[in-house]
Amino acid sequence: MIQFQYERVTTAKAAISGLANNSNARFIAGGTNLVDLMKRNVTAPTKLVDINMVPLKDIQQQNGKTSIGALALNSAVADNKLIIEKHPLLSQALNAGASAQIRNMATVGGNMMQRTRCPYFYDTALPCNKREPGSGCGALQGLNRMHAIFGTSDKCIAVHPSDMCIALVALDASVVVAGPKGERRIPFEEFHRLPGNQPEKDNTLQNNEMIISVEIPDNAFNKNAHYMKVRDRASYAFALVSVAAALHMDGKVIKEARLAMGGVAHKPWRLKEAEQALAGKPATEETFRQAAKIAMQGAKAFKYNAFKLKLGPNVIVEALKNAAGLV
Amino acid sequence: MNEAFFDKKDYKPLDRVDGRLKVTGAAKYSAEYALPNMAYAVLIGSRIAKGTIKSIDSKAAERAPDVLAVISYVNAIKVPGYQPKGKHPSEPSTQGQPLRVFFDNKIVSNDQPIVAVVATSFEKARHAATLVKIQYNKEQHMTDLEANAAKAVLPASGKKNPKSPTADYDRGEKNAFESAPVKFEAEYVLPTEVHNPMELQSITAHWEADDKLTVYDKVQGTKMTQKNFAKEWNLPEENVKCIATFVGGAFGNGLHNWPHETAAIIAAKQVKRPVKLVLTREQMFTMVGYRPRTWQKIQVGATKDGKLVAINHHSVGQTSSYEEFTESTLQQTRMMYASPNVSTRYRILPLNLATPIWMRGPGEATGAFALESAMDEVAHEIGMDPIDFRLANYTESDPDKNMPWSTKYMRECYEEGKKRIGWENRKLKPGSLRDGEWLVGYGMGTGTFGANRNAATVHAELDSDGNLVMHCAITDIGPGTGTAMVQIASNTTGLPTEKITFHLGNSTFPNAGLQGGSSTVNSVGPAVLAACNALKEQLITMAAGKGNAAFTSAKPDDLMFDKTEIQLGGKSAKLTLGDLLKQNNIDKIETTNESKPDENRNKYSMNAFSMHFAMVHVHPFTGQVRVKKIVCCADAGTIVSPKTAASQMIGGATGGIGMALTEDAMMDHRFGRYITKDLADYHVPVHADVPEIDVYFVNKPDLLADPVGSKGLGEIAIIGVAPAIANAVFNATGKRIRELPITPDKLI
Repeated sequence: MIQFQYERVTTAKAAISGLANNSNARFIAGGTNLVDLMKRNVTAPTKLVDINMVPLKDIQQQNGKTSIGALALNSAVADNKLIIEKHPLLSQALNAGASAQIRNMATVGGNMMQRTRCPYFYDTALPCNKREPGSGCGALQGLNRMHAIFGTSDKCIAVHPSDMCIALVALDASVVVAGPKGERRIPFEEFHRLPGNQPEKDNTLQNNEMIISVEIPDNAFNKNAHYMKVRDRASYAFALVSVAAALHMDGKVIKEARLAMGGVAHKPWRLKEAEQALAGKPATEETFRQAAKIAMQGAKAFKYNAFKLKLGPNVIVEALKNAAGLV
Repeated sequence: MNEAFFDKKDYKPLDRVDGRLKVTGAAKYSAEYALPNMAYAVLIGSRIAKGTIKSIDSKAAERAPDVLAVISYVNAIKVPGYQPKGKHPSEPSTQGQPLRVFFDNKIVSNDQPIVAVVATSFEKARHAATLVKIQYNKEQHMTDLEANAAKAVLPASGKKNPKSPTADYDRGEKNAFESAPVKFEAEYVLPTEVHNPMELQSITAHWEADDKLTVYDKVQGTKMTQKNFAKEWNLPEENVKCIATFVGGAFGNGLHNWPHETAAIIAAKQVKRPVKLVLTREQMFTMVGYRPRTWQKIQVGATKDGKLVAINHHSVGQTSSYEEFTESTLQQTRMMYASPNVSTRYRILPLNLATPIWMRGPGEATGAFALESAMDEVAHEIGMDPIDFRLANYTESDPDKNMPWSTKYMRECYEEGKKRIGWENRKLKPGSLRDGEWLVGYGMGTGTFGANRNAATVHAELDSDGNLVMHCAITDIGPGTGTAMVQIASNTTGLPTEKITFHLGNSTFPNAGLQGGSSTVNSVGPAVLAACNALKEQLITMAAGKGNAAFTSAKPDDLMFDKTEIQLGGKSAKLTLGDLLKQNNIDKIETTNESKPDENRNKYSMNAFSMHFAMVHVHPFTGQVRVKKIVCCADAGTIVSPKTAASQMIGGATGGIGMALTEDAMMDHRFGRYITKDLADYHVPVHADVPEIDVYFVNKPDLLADPVGSKGLGEIAIIGVAPAIANAVFNATGKRIRELPITPDKLI
């Protein structure tokens, strides 16, 4: 491991100034991804600013929204009574991710900041534009079974690995970030970005900004919500395809729907057109199948991930059926 | 030993004798020996699959803090046993020559160890390793099995000897398949699988003198290791010591001595300090063997009422460019069923990969996937229950060797397994059963493995307090060897188990072979038995010599202990061990006994058999498979240690779930590099994948095989599990997946 500076801070302000003047400084919280990346020589920060002591672990309800501190642990959020009651979709998504041990270390902010699990990104002997811009995309012509079908570029077809973020994008969350110039809010859908010509950039955080919290507006999706994750083993694996589905029901009719997919794009993939197609329709398998068809428009497969074109809509339908209580 | 020996009413399964040491961390593994002045080595692997090293720039690494050496072919000391003409002195896994690490600039596989960085701490060595700059001359590599299958060759062993298990084999008519009323043909692919035991491969190498080497090494044979390194370093065997008291799983990857071991020994010699070297999890995929990717084609001919006419079975497996690795992929096909006509063709393909090594249930598990899937497919085609189809082709003698079985109790397994899995619920027509949205299916597969036995020697000492201490060089990679041996000794002598200790895993102890090929209880068990009986004989002679008339014509079987009281024929002879030894002016008696295979091996075919049943749920829209129940039935002879034996079956079945559903070392052939090479991407089953596993043992001794009556268990625990699950998936869905693993994408 390459030698680095380590600084422990207790306030957000100190954390932010800890990054100043060093583009190679990184925050560390649970370290469940960053430490792996350092061990594999994928990333070599010259400074780590440990933010675990910054008091950002609170989960609270006020002014029509639920606010979750950036340093709240994944397991603490998943098990939180308020979250289970008001945003069960988020709790389910968190519990579908990683392992109990990792959830006990990983934070909400860290979960959002985790890098892709593309194997070409992790092996420094292989090309990867995300790790080493200009070196090429190993996955494009390679073993791309796990890779994206939406929003890809010829520079990168990696997927965003989080489960939590799929629920958060579906729930219209916003991200509160603080930087040298003060606080701002980023709609969750705009937090992560598509690879385009800059796959090395995963998100829209500016230099020296820090995630403070995530806010979820109050909603009526807590009665009919389901997170479904299909993976290569029953637990502790990244999604082949996952779907966050939530319905606001009026009797047997869908008043409003929320739908997002994981394992299919470089960012949590919100399906707004499919949501619109569901609104006002009866909650039937036929309705769901139609919405799934709309959801998959524009999907493009590569050599080994064509199955996602079929699995994707199937998981959408299954997730919706579960959300609607049809299963 | 009579049939009821391990069947006594008061027989209590013993907990692992070393269980407490293991769960409290007191058990010491090979990376846990802290020797004074120890240094740490980190290996750098090649980043190309074939070519030569153009240059190694190690200046920055050498200047890094506390680095002791950067070792490569450029500056490595000469290993005396390396021969100039491409020879490595240690035993190859079959034909060929193991890789000589740091010998020259040639690269023959990706991640081949080419540089060792040695420093005063692991972290410093790892940091310095990132500073070494290596340039390569790349050559065209070949790593793709299926694309190059036409270049596969008959192994040298098969070429030389037509009776070799790898040679072409024909029984009956060669073309019988063509004229069979029912003809079935299919191809099956098993991906490369990696052993991935929990404990990483590690070695601590210590030159105690210029010509005296001790290695604390994660291996499956301490004697094999001693011999190999004695040859490699041109030392008398007694100057090399191998210690492997505890081994944290191996599944076969400790059956060979690997380049990293020699690298640590070179490093220790070069820096004149003990050196510890632990592989990374990624290096476990490339430096210590794997189950070779294997393509198989099988043809089965049958009559319409379910009698086998012919089986033709062809396989092509991976090997390296420098060793001809072979395994018994096709053995089961030759002897499991009463088919009058059988042909097998075994081929291997040398590729730019490291050498494979036997992985649990070695070739048989691979072959059984094709054979037992094909049997299920043919049964389906002729509309027969797959168990009835197998029973219709049951064979009462070995049709390959033309010998009677020593024992075979598979009928008991069919009956009990059917009952326990609920086979009566199975429908002949696939896709007929549902549980909610989930499709339900039942499947089974059988397995067999030779009841192997090697010579083994045990030293035993009995003191006047009734403490029995035994020693043997055998290793225990996890099955509970010490526990089983203590139970054999306790049953043979009547001494309580807590008074018995079995020391193992050290090359200075009496000789034993490898812990591999399900041979340990069959080999070492009889030596324990012999040593216990020899001690009893000494006591009888002593007692008779001191005028105890009852002992004059006594035999070892007549004598049993009740604590420290010696009893003859169940009656107290009013003789205590302490008194007897005192009368003879000694404080202990001791013996060394060897036990080895006898001539029965030339008269009988000796095999353990297994049968695995699976009940699965398959989601029709998401393709997820959930194994809901597994029943494992084994005809493994005497079950010496019921608790650890059942654990071994559960572990094997779990490995079988991995084979069937999750494990796949995927390689990008453009680079000849694995892309699934950690435990996040290479999926072994997690708890959520493993259902209730119900174990049934026939538990009838095979006294022709060995005096303990045991036939071995380690391999049959996994052989047949993968096809059982694949067959259950077919029964649930009507979809036949012939390339493992059965991941959701293959079922939607």
